[in-house]
Amino acid sequence: MDILLEAKELTKRFGAFTAVDGISLSVRKGEVLGFLGPNGAGKSTTMKMLTGFLAPSSGSAVICGETVTTGNVKARARIGYLPEGAPLYGDMTTREFLAFIAASHDIPKADIPDVVESAAGAVHLHGVMEQRIETLSKGFKRRVGLAAAILHAPDVLILDEPTDGLDPNQKFEVRRLIEAMSLDRAIIISTHILEEVDALCHRAVIINKGRIVADGTPSELRARSKYRNAVTMLVPAANAERTASALKRVGGVLRIEAASEGDFMRLTVVPQGNADIAEAIGDIAAVSNWQVSQFSVDPGRLDDVFRQVTEGDGVSTASFTAEAQS
Amino acid sequence: MKSVMTIFRREFGSYFATPVAYVFLVIFLVMQGMFTFYIGQFYNHEQADLAAFFTYQPWLYLFLMPAVAMRLWAEERKSGTFELLLTLPVPVGAVVTGKFLAAMAFAALALFLTFPIWITVNWLGTPDNGVIATGYLGSLLMASAYLAIGSALSATTKNQVVAFILAVTVCFLFLVSGLPMVLDLFSGWAPDPVVEAVANLSFLTHFNNLQKGVVVLSDVFYFIAVIALWLWIGRIVIESKREAG
Repeated sequence: MDILLEAKELTKRFGAFTAVDGISLSVRKGEVLGFLGPNGAGKSTTMKMLTGFLAPSSGSAVICGETVTTGNVKARARIGYLPEGAPLYGDMTTREFLAFIAASHDIPKADIPDVVESAAGAVHLHGVMEQRIETLSKGFKRRVGLAAAILHAPDVLILDEPTDGLDPNQKFEVRRLIEAMSLDRAIIISTHILEEVDALCHRAVIINKGRIVADGTPSELRARSKYRNAVTMLVPAANAERTASALKRVGGVLRIEAASEGDFMRLTVVPQGNADIAEAIGDIAAVSNWQVSQFSVDPGRLDDVFRQVTEGDGVSTASFTAEAQS
Repeated sequence: MKSVMTIFRREFGSYFATPVAYVFLVIFLVMQGMFTFYIGQFYNHEQADLAAFFTYQPWLYLFLMPAVAMRLWAEERKSGTFELLLTLPVPVGAVVTGKFLAAMAFAALALFLTFPIWITVNWLGTPDNGVIATGYLGSLLMASAYLAIGSALSATTKNQVVAFILAVTVCFLFLVSGLPMVLDLFSGWAPDPVVEAVANLSFLTHFNNLQKGVVVLSDVFYFIAVIALWLWIGRIVIESKREAG
């Protein structure tokens, strides 16, 4: 159990407003922790406390045995941090900027060119090394920020919305990079993009109003969704009503949601209490003439869980019901 | 110490990243020349000294030094690099010092570029170069004191123009406290030690001593104390601003 980062009851108050309210978490070596929450939930404030930018009102964070404070330089040396929006010195060239970051990490002067080269290579910056940072595209700027965060080979990486504002290809690149780096370090990424959690994270923590409201592996979280074990199928629109009324009679079915897709209708059968209804429905579908295509069982939906835990019970968000259809 | 140098190099380099630094140097030298030759009547004095050169510097610096210092922190806070900078493994004190030294080095460079006036006066006559040297020392110390004030006030705002105006205002107070018009306000009613204390707060009093060639340790110490005080104030401002985000 190599716990590289541990936070205990971190709390931050700004005047009367409590931005972060007693957050405890730990991240092991090799683990990528997804830090989720709606805007204003306290994600960035928590990360600012973990990196020693803000002093917590109470509670503490320990990184590799060093307590993080605004004055503890040793703790900061173990962290690679990409602040929200990846702020950079626009008037420097990429190479100058990375060399400055390397020097601030006390890397010996003779090693700096190599360190800069390899960090730049890891995020594919070679074409823009002599360009001023303010002239770079958003994707390149983010990558410069990432290179700066990783160049001193930190044990803990804290990345605040690393893929925010990138196009799908760039997102994919950044994720692959984070994955490659996760082997021997502890990584925390904050995001409100849920697909990222599936693509990257070994564990996800959802916070709301400064408190942790869910903590688990992506599959565990997904299992809390009311859509877990729901069955989705595509049937011709003409058959939809007949099919829906037949499905409603199957034991364990809570309700049926329908969405139109051209000549077809997508039916989602939501079970009561996540009961396993796939087999029963499959049997009926086999003997009836519904012309079912794309039959699938839902493992649960993260966005649904996210809404459930961050805005009350979430039942009100179910849009289509079979009752409304008929 | 090493981290001070790292910050210093970046900051000093960033002065020259845009043409603003060169424009500033030209403005400084032109203004300095105008003050020396037209207002100071350097030639008409027919004296082999640089009194005409130094006399108006406190007023010239009043506007130029806040302009050099205004971006030191305001820009970091505006662009968000404030957070990047303060999460690097560099102590806050080293960052404050490194940035101040960069501004000071820039002022020293500007001052160095006035060397033709020194050559001129040596070519025209035989001045006391010791007096000139202490004059330059006083000039650099005074410029640095302005810069320390400007640096601290730059941290109070994200807006460089606001930082500039605040710095000019505070520097002005430090400058005029030695003038008769301010001292007269006190001399009528306040006991002499108070009047003397106010006069002693002034940059002018101490700068005038140095440019007359009198290196009194207390004058040098005065400027160093003012610089140290304002760097310390700057550090406190920065610590409080980081909490505010």
